[in-house]
Amino acid sequence: MIDFLNSIIVLLNFIIIPGISYGSQLALGALGVTFVYAILRFANFAHGEIMSFGAMITILFTWFFQSQNIGLGILPTALLALPVGIIATIILCIISDKFVFQYYRYQKSVPVVLAMVSIGVMFVINAIIRIIIGTETIKFSDGQKFIMKAKQFKVMTGFNEGLALKSSQVITIFITILLLTFTFWFLQKTKTGKSMRAFSDNEDLALLSGINPDRVVFTTWIIVGILACVAGSLYGLDKSYKPIIYLNLVLPIFASAIVGGIGSPFGAVVGGYVIAFSEIMVTYAYKKFFVYLLPSSIEPTGLVQLLSTDYKFAVSFSILVIVLLIRPSGIFKGRVL
Amino acid sequence: MMKFERYEWLAITIMISLFIFVGFIQGWSVSLVILNMCIISAIMTMGVNISWGYAGVINFGVMGFLAMGGLAAVLVSYPPIAESWQAGGRGLGISFALFIVLVIAVIYINKTVIQKRNRYILNSLIIFFGILIIRHFYLNATHNIEDVNPAIAGFLGGLGLPIIFSWIVGGLFAAGVAFIIGKVALGLRSDYLAIVTLGISEIVVSVLKHEEWLSRGVKNVIGLKRPVPYEIDLQNADWFINLVTYLNSSKLNNIIDVSDRQQVLNNLIIDGSGIFVKLSYAILFLIVMLIIFYFANKAQLSPWGRMMRAIRDNETAANAMGKDVVKQHLIIFVIGAAIVGVAGAMLVTLDGLFTPSGYRPLRFTFIIWIMVIVGGSGNNLGAIFGGFVIWFSWIEAAPLTTFIINQLTVGLEPTNALKLHLLDSVPYFRYLFMGLILLLILRYRPKGIIPEKVRHS
Repeated sequence: MIDFLNSIIVLLNFIIIPGISYGSQLALGALGVTFVYAILRFANFAHGEIMSFGAMITILFTWFFQSQNIGLGILPTALLALPVGIIATIILCIISDKFVFQYYRYQKSVPVVLAMVSIGVMFVINAIIRIIIGTETIKFSDGQKFIMKAKQFKVMTGFNEGLALKSSQVITIFITILLLTFTFWFLQKTKTGKSMRAFSDNEDLALLSGINPDRVVFTTWIIVGILACVAGSLYGLDKSYKPIIYLNLVLPIFASAIVGGIGSPFGAVVGGYVIAFSEIMVTYAYKKFFVYLLPSSIEPTGLVQLLSTDYKFAVSFSILVIVLLIRPSGIFKGRVL
Repeated sequence: MMKFERYEWLAITIMISLFIFVGFIQGWSVSLVILNMCIISAIMTMGVNISWGYAGVINFGVMGFLAMGGLAAVLVSYPPIAESWQAGGRGLGISFALFIVLVIAVIYINKTVIQKRNRYILNSLIIFFGILIIRHFYLNATHNIEDVNPAIAGFLGGLGLPIIFSWIVGGLFAAGVAFIIGKVALGLRSDYLAIVTLGISEIVVSVLKHEEWLSRGVKNVIGLKRPVPYEIDLQNADWFINLVTYLNSSKLNNIIDVSDRQQVLNNLIIDGSGIFVKLSYAILFLIVMLIIFYFANKAQLSPWGRMMRAIRDNETAANAMGKDVVKQHLIIFVIGAAIVGVAGAMLVTLDGLFTPSGYRPLRFTFIIWIMVIVGGSGNNLGAIFGGFVIWFSWIEAAPLTTFIINQLTVGLEPTNALKLHLLDSVPYFRYLFMGLILLLILRYRPKGIIPEKVRHS
């Protein structure tokens, strides 16, 4: 019995908790991509850089607050800087829309052209970030790092295996729940949210019913800005901030959005967790887990690892390809391709 | 035959004069280095342009196809390592044979089992256990191979042939990968296709990065043989010394002192050997570029090219006229990828080393796409022009930015924090330039600098 519990703790510590926190970050990112896709109808390659921009502003203001000795005690100062980052990200989104995307929307350009345009925007934001903050790895989480350390847990419960709980993970999960609840409440219950859904469903019909498209687009960018900044900052807080990471993060995010069914917000969230868990589960070495579960005579000798951790990123694309082959509209039927 | 309009001649003149300009300002060696990369970029751009400009098939997998070309260069030119083959050749052979059996089994199941649910269950079962068995042989073999002299070998090596053959093999490798990708993904709408090809190219690169038995992975392969002479051989070759002496005879004759003269001659020979090597590369690359350009143009003007344009402009109508759209899309995707693969092999040939971790999407996919868009999709000369101009500005952005920053901050002290920070971030301004160029072109000249010619018949 104790072995069984130990094995469960191993799973919790190495798969479930990291999976949930990484999945939350992906889900928030994928939700942003989905919003742009559903309302503005293009694949936004710049989304990763928008996330990175939000995280950068958050870091800059974290440094500012730290220098002023303003803090939140055991919570990271970044939480205080997050609202500033969100506002800056929203402004960035709206500026890029006004100066770049709007023109093509009025021209009714095909989605591919808009995707190309977003690549241009990606380059520009990328350059701005690197010029301002450089390319170094930055750790900006302060306050209490662990809610529970592995050792504490062992002492507390007497199990062989430790269970560590980082405060950044708990914060990530908490904020994600908050933000997702808010987003879905907004979409389902408010008038603006309903008009957004109508616009996404059938643009012409929405226009006929007197929905102002510019207003819908404006609201969309605000939501995208909030989601992107929070996702970017949380990712930076949890791992560490590195500008180059965010370009690599775009692909798992796209994969999450498509796997869940692109255009469907709920699908994007589920897709985020699916991708995160499969990345972690496929590359985790299960040896420890089986050592507890199986009698010592048939204990595994190898690592019991399906793929080496080097292929972490490859897993998400493989899932993307498999889903596109078997069920092209995603898990929750989004738009048909 | 090809006939150039006046503005096209203008574009060609601009390209040539750019290099002459750099040659006089920064030296001929720099100019030739840029020229070589420009030619390779132009070939990549033509490859993308063929699938995107002719048929509207998007290909964001440029990076992966380049890496396949690079792999071909290693596998063709590196001398074979016999010990590695002995250590793991058999295991690899067994696992490869088993893999083929697995694939055949899956195909057989797909053919015979009709009920969909049973098919999925059977397939996943057989794939799961098949992979478990294959892994056993495969991991043993690769482990043994990687243990053979890890500091300098640790992989299978290649065939030991002249590296120039790899340019064709690289094209074939890329075409093979493109065929698989195309079979899987070409039915998708264009922006999904972009994401999927981008993702698959990441998979290709991560395989090359981590399968050390094949490509040495992140340990890189260095010292690939060159198709052109080495500088050190040239410096000792009589004919080359005579050539340099002859070319600079007027300059040398003015120096009376013998030891001074020898000194000057030695310097000239060292400079000259570098330039000679780069020039030979440039000539080889130029030949390949012109061949591809000739055939690409020929294909565009042929009935096949016309059919491609028809498919691009109206897929449904082309389908209704009895054209096999799916097949033609696959064909053109594979052809485009093959040309990119050739460029990838040439790139590794030029560098003389293969660094899988150097393949990054920003540099090897998105920049190429900027070249295509800026140059003009659907026009081969435009593609070449885009490749030249964008690579040129990519390289020359740094000196230009330094100059601009120095001009703007001329009033500030040299120790000013802002000025130092800006000068530190000079390399990143090139991304800003690239983004702005792309946005401006898409806004004000969406068909590119040299747009496709509209042909009326």
